[in-house]
Amino acid sequence: MAKRTIIPFGPQHPVLPEPIHLDLVVEDETVVEAIPSIGYIHRGLEKLCEIKDYDKMVYVMERVCGICSFGHGWGASAAIEGAMGLEIPERAQYLRTILHELSRVHSHLLWLGLLADAFGFESLFNHCWRVRETVLDLFEKNTGGRVIFSICKVGGMRKDISNENLQEIVTVLNGIKGEIKELTDVFISDASVKNRTVGVGLLTKEDAIATSACGPVARGSGLYQDLRMTDGFGVYGELGFEPCVEEAGDSYARTIVRIRELFQSIELIEKAVAKIPDGPVAVKAPGNVEGEAVVRLEQPRGEAYYYAKGAGTKFLQRMRLRTPTNQNIPALVKMLAGCDLADVPILVLTIDPCISCTER
Amino acid sequence: MAERVAVQQNFEYVDASKIYSKVADLKAEGYRIVQMCALNANNAYEVIYSFDKDHVLYNYKVAVNDGEELESISNIYMSAFIYENEIHDLFGIQFNHGILDYQGTFFRIAEATPWKNK
Repeated sequence: MAKRTIIPFGPQHPVLPEPIHLDLVVEDETVVEAIPSIGYIHRGLEKLCEIKDYDKMVYVMERVCGICSFGHGWGASAAIEGAMGLEIPERAQYLRTILHELSRVHSHLLWLGLLADAFGFESLFNHCWRVRETVLDLFEKNTGGRVIFSICKVGGMRKDISNENLQEIVTVLNGIKGEIKELTDVFISDASVKNRTVGVGLLTKEDAIATSACGPVARGSGLYQDLRMTDGFGVYGELGFEPCVEEAGDSYARTIVRIRELFQSIELIEKAVAKIPDGPVAVKAPGNVEGEAVVRLEQPRGEAYYYAKGAGTKFLQRMRLRTPTNQNIPALVKMLAGCDLADVPILVLTIDPCISCTER
Repeated sequence: MAERVAVQQNFEYVDASKIYSKVADLKAEGYRIVQMCALNANNAYEVIYSFDKDHVLYNYKVAVNDGEELESISNIYMSAFIYENEIHDLFGIQFNHGILDYQGTFFRIAEATPWKNK
């Protein structure tokens, strides 16, 4: 029997932009067990609801993450709107859907770049991030921000986006579609990429269910699980949405899910822009929050859970956000058992971890 | 293939002594765990357990008094160990017989149990 050694991985590691720690129990070059630790950057943002007005909490929640900031603003707004019983205008629902899908495009391009970086394909990494800049330019032009947009508010949207600008978003996305296709073809077909991803980090459908995995991790293991299949927020029902699912359960399958979702998001934006009705983009919030509501959104990394509870004051009693990485850490632990030590960085990346989201 | 479903707000109060068996029943019915969280409520706490099946969300609420302990559900749902340790470190609620108990070191925070009722 080989000697067991514990190798500490993180919290500071070249592949980790944010701190998570894994105790990797290895026998020779094989990982037999991984024990995760987080908590290096816990910020206690949820607790700010006790001293920030409920409408300001939307902007606090946006700051949970620099990648899915729009989604967090939407989720927080929608949970508060749910607790108030507030219906928001249809144009605002369309605008939220469009910006959310645009966020998915930039998030998945960012992730593809990070994956390329993890297996040392630096030029691919650079090109993915170069194309992503175009999407950030669209955000800047239409919301004023490249990272934090602060365009979502309780009751709808802080400002409208003109139909001309929406059309321009579609034109720009169609313009970069060819480049995205060229880049994603490398991930799909290149032998050096496939060597590092095909059959690596297998998460079976049964394991995905057992670990309650979510997002592209779950869909890469054959689960038809996507919150965009729920009605009540956004306009996905009117856009003919179907989840992108792959059956293989390995790192390659998770990559393919995200690549398919990239093109799907562009298609959803196109359909939404074609259908968006004219009209107001916000209604006035009726006063303080009394009641509670849960909203779940399909963020680029997977399911996010938002809970808001108020007791009739301007402050919320509780604002809860559970992020997708939180839910995918057990799946990661499962994938790591039995893998080669050299594959650990790639496997950590294939759940698209966001630790600042997780720690809140 | 999945079907579209409407968002529902399903909350049900459950006694602390019955939560373990209720959760085991949900597991047997094919639900997955979505999250667990705690909130301060009238000098006590509420712990919310959320589960999903085919995109329908179900929430159990359990009232917990200061010092009261709960049975861990992490041997039913492995993922629960993250939420139980988080609740323990922030609110000081103890979960017994968990599969992975970090004993207060899951979150490295300056103040122990900062969200515990004062």
